[in-house]
Amino acid sequence: MAKYLLLKHYRGAPAPVNDVPMDQWTPKEIEAHVEFMSDFAARLERTGEFVDSQALAPDGVWVRSDGEGRPPVTDGPFAETKDLIAGWMVIDVDSYERALELAGELSAAPGTGGQPIHEWLEVRPFLGAPPTVTE
Amino acid sequence: MDDVELRGLVPKVLSVLVRRGADFATAEDAVQEGLIRALSAWEHDAPSDPEGWLITVSWRVFIDMARSNTARRDREVRSDSGAPTGVVPSADDTLHLYFLCAHPDLTLSSAVALTLRAVGGLTTAQIAQAYLVPESTMAQRISRAKRTVGRAGLDRPGDARTVMRVLYLVFNEGYSGDIDVAAEAIRLTRQLATLVDEPEVNGLLALMLLHHARRRSRTRPDGGIVPLAEQDRSQWDTELIAEGVAILQAALAQDRLGEYQAQAAIAALHADALRFEDTDWVQIVEWYDELLRFADTPIIRLNRAVAVGEADGAPAGLTALTDVDENVPRRDAVAAHLHERNGDFELAARLYALAARNAPNLAERDHQTRQAARLNQLLHQQG
Repeated sequence: MAKYLLLKHYRGAPAPVNDVPMDQWTPKEIEAHVEFMSDFAARLERTGEFVDSQALAPDGVWVRSDGEGRPPVTDGPFAETKDLIAGWMVIDVDSYERALELAGELSAAPGTGGQPIHEWLEVRPFLGAPPTVTE
Repeated sequence: MDDVELRGLVPKVLSVLVRRGADFATAEDAVQEGLIRALSAWEHDAPSDPEGWLITVSWRVFIDMARSNTARRDREVRSDSGAPTGVVPSADDTLHLYFLCAHPDLTLSSAVALTLRAVGGLTTAQIAQAYLVPESTMAQRISRAKRTVGRAGLDRPGDARTVMRVLYLVFNEGYSGDIDVAAEAIRLTRQLATLVDEPEVNGLLALMLLHHARRRSRTRPDGGIVPLAEQDRSQWDTELIAEGVAILQAALAQDRLGEYQAQAAIAALHADALRFEDTDWVQIVEWYDELLRFADTPIIRLNRAVAVGEADGAPAGLTALTDVDENVPRRDAVAAHLHERNGDFELAARLYALAARNAPNLAERDHQTRQAARLNQLLHQQG
């Protein structure tokens, strides 16, 4: 019983095998991809392993405090930022192996030509609760 | 009757329904519905025979569900519906229910969820909250587990060992929201101990009580970890400790030692020391040696190295640590502590920082980071 974040990148991950930008796909291929994603989430809900799934807009700004009583400073977006998160899925599974298995399946979402994208997903364990018995 | 006592009736009631021929999955839903009705019907006036009431009502709900697959929601139930006729629940039926929920075909997380619901009587929402997953996910996990159990048939359930593993996990992991899952694990283990004559179950119960007794002193108000050496022992629950020790002694007297009894013995020795300096580390090391006979795991070896360090000094602890797999979580933290006690602050500080980086949870990461910071400051002051 451990939670993992499956992280999808707009930028910053190694290039996928089937590396064609989505706007070059046919509408039908996009539809198949979207359907795959929602089926995948629905299936994990049925297996009792789904926690959360969100997508992020590509553009964001950087924000920092500028001292008390002053409005926060914003900057960006920076086009040169190397790493850009596209979205994530959080799963609650029995083992690390199961997390890898699911990430592998998710990576095989169909892309252009109906072929799997084989994109790289990042798998990150959550920090859990401290156990009661420690000695 | 409070809701904990009410939930105590659940396994009996459910086993009666199953015995009368109800299928497990529907019967379980019916008992949950019965609980909800009891909570509202008994608010002012509990019936003289709560168990009989709950059996009668749950059975009616089951009949309705079986007939229409949807329970009629507003069915009126009179609180004086009287004692049921027919099957009397037996201890074996209840025990069978425990075994069923720890069925070997279930994954551990499914067995945990099903046990908390079907034996513990918790709602899906409460279980979802304890494991930080959406309620819909937990609902699916439970109904899938019920289907698995139903498919596998009721003939090949788990046994006391699988049940203990599930209850240990409930005790040791999980967040406490609305429900204190550790207290729930204790309640269910207590119940199990009355159903089966197995010293290991009592060992597990003793282990839980002895750790639960220290819960107040184990964390700071902000959730930070207080190490054993720094815990305020006046906060330990002496009644729980006395009970745990008595249960453990009775179990040990049966001369059928197992890993839970050995773990409880270690916890008892800690609980027995009025001050950290009074801890009988030599005996604790002996119990770790016993424990290794039952379960030779890297974690037990690691904990043994800690005890050896206290019993025979840090160099001996470091030697014991060489037997421990490099990749075991918390190994760096133990090494850091032993090197600090050995006077090698620089190495210790580096190891604490490494331990923080690899900590499996936030509380431990913060704790190890503070340890590293403390030593670094000391080194800085020494110039």
